[in-house]
Amino acid sequence: MSHARIMTADDMGRAIRRMAHEVIERNHGLSELVVIGLQTGGVPVAERLVETLEEIDGIRPPLGTLDVALHRDDIGIRPVVPEAATELPTDLDSRIVVLVDDVLFTGRTIRAALDAICDFGRPRSIQLAVMVDRGHRELPIRPDFVGKNLPTRRDEVVDVHITGVDLGVMEK
Amino acid sequence: MTATLQSPPASGLGRHLLGIDGMSRSDLEEILDLTDTFAEIGRRPIPKVPALRGRTVATAFFENSTRTRMSFETAARRLSADTVAFSAGSSSLSKGESLRDTVEVVASYGADLLVVRHAMAGTAHRVADWTDLSVVNAGDGCHEHPTQALLDCYTLREQRGSLDGMRIAIVGDVRHSRVARSNILAFTALGAEVVLVAPATLLPPAIDGWPVTVFHELDPLLTDLDAVYLLRMQQERITEGLIPSLREYANDFGLSADRVARMRSDALVLHPGPTNRGVEISAEAAADPRSVILDQVVNGVSVRMAVLFRLLGSGQQLVAADIEPVGDDARPEGADR
Repeated sequence: MSHARIMTADDMGRAIRRMAHEVIERNHGLSELVVIGLQTGGVPVAERLVETLEEIDGIRPPLGTLDVALHRDDIGIRPVVPEAATELPTDLDSRIVVLVDDVLFTGRTIRAALDAICDFGRPRSIQLAVMVDRGHRELPIRPDFVGKNLPTRRDEVVDVHITGVDLGVMEK
Repeated sequence: MTATLQSPPASGLGRHLLGIDGMSRSDLEEILDLTDTFAEIGRRPIPKVPALRGRTVATAFFENSTRTRMSFETAARRLSADTVAFSAGSSSLSKGESLRDTVEVVASYGADLLVVRHAMAGTAHRVADWTDLSVVNAGDGCHEHPTQALLDCYTLREQRGSLDGMRIAIVGDVRHSRVARSNILAFTALGAEVVLVAPATLLPPAIDGWPVTVFHELDPLLTDLDAVYLLRMQQERITEGLIPSLREYANDFGLSADRVARMRSDALVLHPGPTNRGVEISAEAAADPRSVILDQVVNGVSVRMAVLFRLLGSGQQLVAADIEPVGDDARPEGADR
């Protein structure tokens, strides 16, 4: 598999900083915010977003993690193994939830996450932040905060690491 | 191990859960690890996930049980599976229908998995041969009760982190206990040392070769145990002439207030339930902070969710077909890591 570096670590840092400003602007501050990272790729991005929000606004919003494996719609079609923790820090009723994932692709993970969150309470609103939106949506779902829009082919692979974002091409 | 422990044939972790016999340490640990996920769901405000929506779990209990059946049904519902219940008392079994016919009828309701309890050892294995359904053994005679052993292991692991090096006494009617058999296999597979404590009449006839040591007195061991597992003493053992009286049994082997006081401060008390207060366990011992009997009940649901999901929902059969496990949306279907 060949790789092309799409974003460097510095590019990602700048994108997170911009998204943090957008989150604060859109929600008039951070007082009601809860940030939830999707297991497993969304969690490190959510951690960095929370750190950056605190740097900018002085308030550290609660951070949670969510594993949506058991809410997926492809159970029985593909092997599904829940392996990461769901830990939500606070009652979600009337809070503003910012869901964070590394890559937005078909949107099916986000659909599963919306279902899962509704079992924990009734947030005032749910917003979506992703490091990369690679297109190819199969559901009517769109992100509110995007690090980078990256047009891709379906057979390409997007990898988000701490060191940067790579686009790989499958070799047949 | 002797033939009594080894037959019927090994089950392992395939389409069925028939017994602990044949399961490796990693098979057991796979289910215990998966149980953590389901325990968390039980603590949610709405303790339910759609994982097994559209699947049907049938329970066929040819022997009375309230808690095991309720535990399986609760587990199935928390996974959004439908449940169909068959119980011997109210069924055509009393009209002379054979076990095989009954199983076929239950299967024809569209069930995907059948939970079976029967007074005859080996029933679950036979049923598994007859049908295409996944079968879970919920107790077959004096043979095995694998989900009980799994929930006991989970409870011990939850308290101690690991069973490795633990010294666990199983006390009471080992002879008639499927719980004891499954637990001896599971505890030792996970690295614990098992001690049986019982009068000679309540031990199985062929115990040579079991990975256990046997004692006929509880008192000298008390200070040296990490956990005491009390088995339920049944009234009919007196009529069979195996023990003189329940009172004498309680006197020699019951976990009295005095005995529990002599146990180590970090020792644990377990019982599969339902308890006979004043016989194998005193009210004081059951209420002692070291008693994890209620944790066992709670963990029973989580472990059974893990078993049902592992057999019906995890798609392990698809792994053999080389289909990529679902991780995140970043990867196209079927792509290599």
